Amino acid sequence: MSRNQSLPWWVEIGVLPVINLAAAFIVSGLVMAALGHDPFEALGLMVTGAFGSADSLGYTLYYTTNFIFTGLAVALASHAGLFNIGAEGQAMLGGLGAALVGLVISPGLPGIIAIPLAILAAMIFGGIWGAIPGWLQAYRGSHVVITTIMMNFLAGALLTYLLVDVLIAPGGGTPESRSISENVWLPAAHQIAQSLGLELAQTPLNLSLLLGLFCALGLNIFLWRTRWGFSLRAVGLNPHAALYAGISPSRMTVLAMALSGALAGLVGANEILGAQHRLVLGFTGGYGFVGIAVALMGRNRPTGVIIASLLFGALYQGGSELALDMPGISRDLVVMIQGLIILFCGALENIFRSPLARLFAAARSTRAELTGTAGG
Amino acid sequence: MTEPALELIGIDKHFGSNHANKSVSFRVQRGEVLGLIGENGAGKSTVMNMVFGYLKADHGQILVHGHEVDIKVPADAIAHGIGMVHQHFKLVDTFSVLENIILGSEGAFQLADRLALARGELAELSKAFGLNVDLDALVSGLSVGDKQKVEILKALYRKADILILDEPTAVLTPDETRHLFDILRQWRDQGRTVILITHKLKEVLAVTDRVIVMRRGAVVADLDTAHCTAEGLAEHMVGRPVILQVSKSVAVPGGDVVTLEHLSVNDSDGIPRVRDVSLSLRAGEITGLAGVSGNGQSELIEAIAGLMPISHGTIRFRGQDLGLGGSAESVRKRREMGIAHVPEDRLVRGLIAELSARDNAILGRQNDPSFNNRNFLRPSAILNHCRSLMASFDVRPSRPMQAGGHFSGGNQQKIVLGREMENAPAFLIVGQPTRGVDIGAIEFIHKRIVALRDQGAAILLVSAELDEILMLSDRVIVMSQGAIMGDIPASQADERQIGLWMAGDHKVAA
Repeated sequence: MSRNQSLPWWVEIGVLPVINLAAAFIVSGLVMAALGHDPFEALGLMVTGAFGSADSLGYTLYYTTNFIFTGLAVALASHAGLFNIGAEGQAMLGGLGAALVGLVISPGLPGIIAIPLAILAAMIFGGIWGAIPGWLQAYRGSHVVITTIMMNFLAGALLTYLLVDVLIAPGGGTPESRSISENVWLPAAHQIAQSLGLELAQTPLNLSLLLGLFCALGLNIFLWRTRWGFSLRAVGLNPHAALYAGISPSRMTVLAMALSGALAGLVGANEILGAQHRLVLGFTGGYGFVGIAVALMGRNRPTGVIIASLLFGALYQGGSELALDMPGISRDLVVMIQGLIILFCGALENIFRSPLARLFAAARSTRAELTGTAGG
Repeated sequence: MTEPALELIGIDKHFGSNHANKSVSFRVQRGEVLGLIGENGAGKSTVMNMVFGYLKADHGQILVHGHEVDIKVPADAIAHGIGMVHQHFKLVDTFSVLENIILGSEGAFQLADRLALARGELAELSKAFGLNVDLDALVSGLSVGDKQKVEILKALYRKADILILDEPTAVLTPDETRHLFDILRQWRDQGRTVILITHKLKEVLAVTDRVIVMRRGAVVADLDTAHCTAEGLAEHMVGRPVILQVSKSVAVPGGDVVTLEHLSVNDSDGIPRVRDVSLSLRAGEITGLAGVSGNGQSELIEAIAGLMPISHGTIRFRGQDLGLGGSAESVRKRREMGIAHVPEDRLVRGLIAELSARDNAILGRQNDPSFNNRNFLRPSAILNHCRSLMASFDVRPSRPMQAGGHFSGGNQQKIVLGREMENAPAFLIVGQPTRGVDIGAIEFIHKRIVALRDQGAAILLVSAELDEILMLSDRVIVMSQGAIMGDIPASQADERQIGLWMAGDHKVAA
């Protein structure tokens, strides 16, 4: 009986994810212990590796930024009832859009115009890559899960072709473009700190983090404070009722996928405009797929996505430190930990729900009986 | 004295914190038709689901012919001679009648042997009970009444002598209902037992020998039908006196508000659902659209609301051609013109179960400037709107933030009705206004519909309950297979005549 599965909101968003996370860590710890490593030492190394210094924190937040964009992208689509698996491809296109602006733009243009132009290009390119499967689903009945997966391959192939044959730096031997013009580079955190007279370690962390937080806030307002957000959620929850209310499910599907793609495209801003400063192959590094887990874990709420992104950012960074510091632990083990977290927080998110709900129902009825006897 | 066919002693059942059955005890004798009545959520289906093995009681005993039995799964119930016919038939559409009947008791290794054997037995059974169904017909091609016969045959074939029927008449024409009751009486006269779960008081009075009334999980009355009246039963069900008859003045019809000219509607597969319907609906008049479910009523109202495209003909509202329809755009335009629509299935179209009552109260009006300011929603205005709607339509609990799906059926319906009625629409389409609604709320809903009529609105009422149509309408239209069979002022309507029209008998139309 699903109706009896209702939990207080604070359990839903606070306690349940923590239990799931703890379960993932316990299982990871057991695996590590079985392999002869000290799990507590490993955990300590991961935490210091992620948060221990300004340097590591910078990297953690840099990864976090990517997860915020892809997490928000997946979350937005989910509210419209769509499972966007294509954030990876949309991010690639976003990077392409940003890089193209950076490659063709006049170096004399002031950054205040050039940067927004490049960011806009990232959003438009990603948005179009998202809108295509959206349109196919809305008007041609091709399921968005299938088409977004396919679009990921297409995006990869397109980028490879462009970088090998068209955009490759003259005389270069690796599939990457020449540097984009400096006026579209996003200011890095250490540069900003420097202008304020502070000393900060040099990391790829850049202004995109603020852009990500701003997007989360914007998504919050969009979904719950505007009539488009209302219409979009209505379509996601019940397309029949939405049509009855005069909302076009088809149009909302395209809109949601376009916006979702635009958000994913912003990974391109963080990576190309903020960190790499050139278009390279594989810059999306699986962020689009992890975004699915981030959105799941963040319950499709912008705030939840930020928290989950921080967790995954810390795992990425702490994990690579761990692999460096404990020679017996390979990168694969870190991937396994991430996998377990995705498993427990995403796919198995309901395994602790029933027992918890039963516990609460029992507590409630005991309380009701107690007050009943007291009152009667 | 002989042992009762079925006896329940102290049956208790909890769903979480919800006490669905409170120490339910009653007996059913052999050769008796028992009516089990109560409002939605009174626990009548729960208790029968325990008898049939879908649910397990927390406490209590079930005795069949005096012996305590342990029923864990439906197969146990069947082994004890209990059969159940569900409100929503549990048949495999792509199987033949014969295959459906033996489903689950195939027994033999070679299906053909069993089929041949069953065919002989069934021929006798259907002759004995007047259940004439073509054993080789595909179930998907059967009428609803015939599907029900298959369900009954299925129970008979399994040698059931206690038959439980859950709301069996919801989908039947008056004539089919009479035929079903004849079968039940015959069943009883052979010394078998029938338990009829229903909410239609008239049927309880017509066919049962005894009535058990349940309210909030407990048995509140055990009565001889001979000494019952509809009002008395309703009072037991609700717990307070109820007025079953809505008082209304004679209609004062005004001009035509909606005109349908040779309207035809095909569904998405191209199958004609509405055929050449011409009709005008007048201001200040309730037009009741009667018919067995699935005869084009749903498609007709969806086409008028703009949800389904029309394939032929015109729909005019105050003289203006509304066009083809079938898009969100057309729905929105028609709403803005003053066409309101209470959909037949509130949880499919009328409400979004997961959204709060507050949000549901503006569904369809999200573009209204009183609720949004340059595209930004106005939370306080929306909340106030929901509060006043809840007050004027007596929605309980009056909690705007509660999810729509967590209200009872009656209160969900009041939210939808309130939302659609509050702007004083010129034309209101109401589909199944009281389906799954408690008796107490039915009275309220009926009053509000009549009040809207008295304000001068044209109202098109579609209901599967003929009694509701006859009581509320000023004029009755009967549809069968997508076409209008009859059109008669409610004051002259005669139930037998309407029944014939519902069955598609056009010739009788005078």
